[in-house]
Amino acid sequence: MKTLETLAFECETGNYHTFCPISCVAWLYQKIEDSFFLVVGTKTCGYFLQNALGVTIFAEPRYAMAELEEGDISAKLNDQEELQKICLNIKNDRNPSVIFWIGTCTTEIIKMDLEGIAPVLEKRLGIPIIVARANGLDYAFTQGEDTVLAAMAHRCPEYNHCDTGKKVLGEIECLAKLNNDSKSIFQKERLTRSNLVLFGSLPSSVASQLNLESKRQSVFVSGWLPSQRYNELPKLGEGIYVCGVNPFLSRTATTLMRRRKCQLIGAPFPIGPDGTRAWIEKICSIFNLKPEGLEEKENQIWENNKDYIQIIKGKSVFFMGDNLLEISLARFLIRCGMIVYEIGIPYMDKRYQSAELLFLQHTCETMEIPLPRIVEKPDNYSQIQRMRELKPHLAITGMAHANPLEARNIDTKWSVEFTFAQIHGSSNARDILELVTRPLRRRGGFTPNSRSLSKQTLGH
Amino acid sequence: MKLAYWMYAGPAHIGTLRVASSFRNVHAIMHAPLGDDHFNVMRSMLERERDFTPVTASVVDRHVLARGSRDKVVNNISRKDEEQCPDSIVLTPTCTSSILQEDLQNFVDRASLYSESDVILADVNHYRVNELQASDKTLDQIIRHFLNKAREEGNFNRSLTNKPSANIIGISTPGFHNQHDCRELKRLLGELGISINRIIPEGEFLKNLRDLPRAWFNIVPYREIGLMSATFLEKEYGMPFISQPPIGLLNTADSIARIEKLVNLWASVLLGKQLNYDLYIENQTKYVSQAAWFSKSIDCQNLAGKEAAVSGDATHAASITKILVKEMGIRVSCSGTYCKHDAEWFNEQVQGLCDEIIITEDHTKIGNMIAHIDPSAIFGTQMERHIGKRIDIPCGVISSPVHIQNFPPGYRPFLGYEGTNQISDLIYNSFNLGMEDHSPDVFGGHDTKGVNTKSLSVNRGDINWAAEAESELKKIPGFVRGKIRRNTEIFAKENNILEITVDVMYAAKEKSSL
Repeated sequence: MKTLETLAFECETGNYHTFCPISCVAWLYQKIEDSFFLVVGTKTCGYFLQNALGVTIFAEPRYAMAELEEGDISAKLNDQEELQKICLNIKNDRNPSVIFWIGTCTTEIIKMDLEGIAPVLEKRLGIPIIVARANGLDYAFTQGEDTVLAAMAHRCPEYNHCDTGKKVLGEIECLAKLNNDSKSIFQKERLTRSNLVLFGSLPSSVASQLNLESKRQSVFVSGWLPSQRYNELPKLGEGIYVCGVNPFLSRTATTLMRRRKCQLIGAPFPIGPDGTRAWIEKICSIFNLKPEGLEEKENQIWENNKDYIQIIKGKSVFFMGDNLLEISLARFLIRCGMIVYEIGIPYMDKRYQSAELLFLQHTCETMEIPLPRIVEKPDNYSQIQRMRELKPHLAITGMAHANPLEARNIDTKWSVEFTFAQIHGSSNARDILELVTRPLRRRGGFTPNSRSLSKQTLGH
Repeated sequence: MKLAYWMYAGPAHIGTLRVASSFRNVHAIMHAPLGDDHFNVMRSMLERERDFTPVTASVVDRHVLARGSRDKVVNNISRKDEEQCPDSIVLTPTCTSSILQEDLQNFVDRASLYSESDVILADVNHYRVNELQASDKTLDQIIRHFLNKAREEGNFNRSLTNKPSANIIGISTPGFHNQHDCRELKRLLGELGISINRIIPEGEFLKNLRDLPRAWFNIVPYREIGLMSATFLEKEYGMPFISQPPIGLLNTADSIARIEKLVNLWASVLLGKQLNYDLYIENQTKYVSQAAWFSKSIDCQNLAGKEAAVSGDATHAASITKILVKEMGIRVSCSGTYCKHDAEWFNEQVQGLCDEIIITEDHTKIGNMIAHIDPSAIFGTQMERHIGKRIDIPCGVISSPVHIQNFPPGYRPFLGYEGTNQISDLIYNSFNLGMEDHSPDVFGGHDTKGVNTKSLSVNRGDINWAAEAESELKKIPGFVRGKIRRNTEIFAKENNILEITVDVMYAAKEKSSL
């Protein structure tokens, strides 16, 4: 790894606002269609989920609380029996293919042995039970997904070298079919036998877009963690290459490397056209392929988004930090011509994000702007003092601070929207810009070109 | 352990934070893990608050778990004390600190030595009380603390005000329509010739609490917050209080009659005359409130005997039940509350007004009950609104838990005479919409029903969608699907593509971000 002497890292008090990591159930239950998420925690957890997820709670979601009562805390009740009762109930009502138990602060403190109970009940009930400890003692917001995916990685079927022979044959047949099928102008002559598994939960249409981006470079994505359904989990093992699509998946990456013997491709993340291109290029380089047409495509995307970039060019932005997407987003915005004062981030894995950090550095050099300071475990109070002096054009922040900052004349963008909007792949660059420019557009009568798909971003 | 999908009342610390952050210049420090400060989001979003919510966390992480908080909490308190100079800092325990059993009182004692501000430990147990009980308790605790302090310091004025005056107890953030109710109550009391002594906790300075006993009496508009404090003030300072919520014509008249009684206790001595509010009540009922006339009008006649179901907190559910039955002649098949701790009062209030009383915190029970009764309208919380949506019954929201839409910028009190007008609208609109929805069905539906004018597809002609692409299209959220279909087809036409595959779709998306 190259050293990053020039990038300055700081660490503050960790007194910042973010979502509890159990919020990951909100998007994961939708992603894994046949799952059920049971959060084992208190009223506090339940109240948070109910308020943070707003309307989804009314849509008969496939998640619920196992609410701990005084008897559970004082161990008057038997955890295993209680959980069995509840899981039986869920099995009868919803019949899921897998139940996730999300451990919380309370189960940590009272040391409830979820990992021990799960295999017993799994046998007894005949449903796989996966335990993920997504608690606020250890993690922030999106890291919840990381704990769930790391736990899921253990359940993926074993990839066998003996499979390869058969697989090659299968793919040759598949290729033959593709070659005959000349209708599509986009299909390539050959696909590389790549054994590439991507990890990170993305809406299925975004996942298809990334599949397609790599397919255009003749790299075939053999599977995703997580998959759309539990029984479609990808095979993992020696000889499988894995690549992350999100910056907060360091535990998953570690698990895939150490426990499943996969090979990690360390690349910048496919956020923004620059990130997507760097991501693809890195993957191609691993498979010894020469990427084609990437530069023209990236330029095309920049060209297409000129109208939005014009709005933010030369403006300054301050990331308060709460979801770990900050480095990638800052890198993209710097490339768009913005000045980034500060990148707050809950947790910085310099190894997992090394390619992204290098890319950030290069981008700053290219754009000839000073490197932003990166503040781990920020202190919101101090940040607000700094913002008072810096007066950034835009603060990317949580909802707790958004209205008060607006009232003090600092335009804000609610950071959580970046985790729910579609921001991956080159074609979604406009969606990021849509979000970033929204508070700035509100100021003056800018109307985007009529054919914009801007409504696609969720407007809360 | 309990399988729970949803809850009506939040955890205890929310109640404490509601009270603490309602007072002016009070800061709450939660002893809680990262992410438990969601109260700040709620307050900032629901109330559209312009100021930073005065709540921070003293974060409980692995280190705290291993070695205890040690100086962390004390340091956090001192730091806040220096940074923001609050009058008081309320250390707020959460479910986590309940089990950690750290000696928070000790931290408070230590911090008090160095801090300029009064440091208090909120005395609530997460596993015994809910949000509402906790807010009631915290308010009581704060009042006691500062009255005792004033007494010790001797700067304490117990003499009654010269003119009749009242304290309003229980207005808090983010309470259901609390701000509007407060304004209406102030106006009402003003018209009765009663001045407002103090309004707590909303917007009040702690140093003013010592003036509380100067009022002639207390008003507790909501059963959920303030009863404990009012009871304490009655016991300790002999202050009578009114806890009948003045919601609806009858309840309001009743409240005013009680106020009259209380005022007259002192009026003959201090004012040298007796007050009589009968004429006021009559005039307001006839001319200010439209509710009485509305009940007589043909509109309301149409509602007679219609069935409704009511559910909410004790205050609102009981009052609305009374309004529906006694003032509008609507049949309430079932009335319920989730305030189990106030069940006795609720039973007493709605006894004889409805066929069935249901007291539960389980929203599925309420849902099943509503589905079973199949009323023409529901009056409940946001949960009941969604139950209604699912089974196609209109719902008026009358109580928390609430959404942002229940914090209207416009003036919408539930209390007093203007409140009766608002409630009439709410009730009438709910029923009327239900009827409107039904009548077209009876007459064979809206004539436009079959025509899907929303389709944006271009002239399809020779363009063919591959099955794979068609299914990809289905994954796209409904509200943009039509637009994407159209853009893709335009793109295909321009490029002379006859079959639309997934590739084409995304190529089109890239291009159409032009």
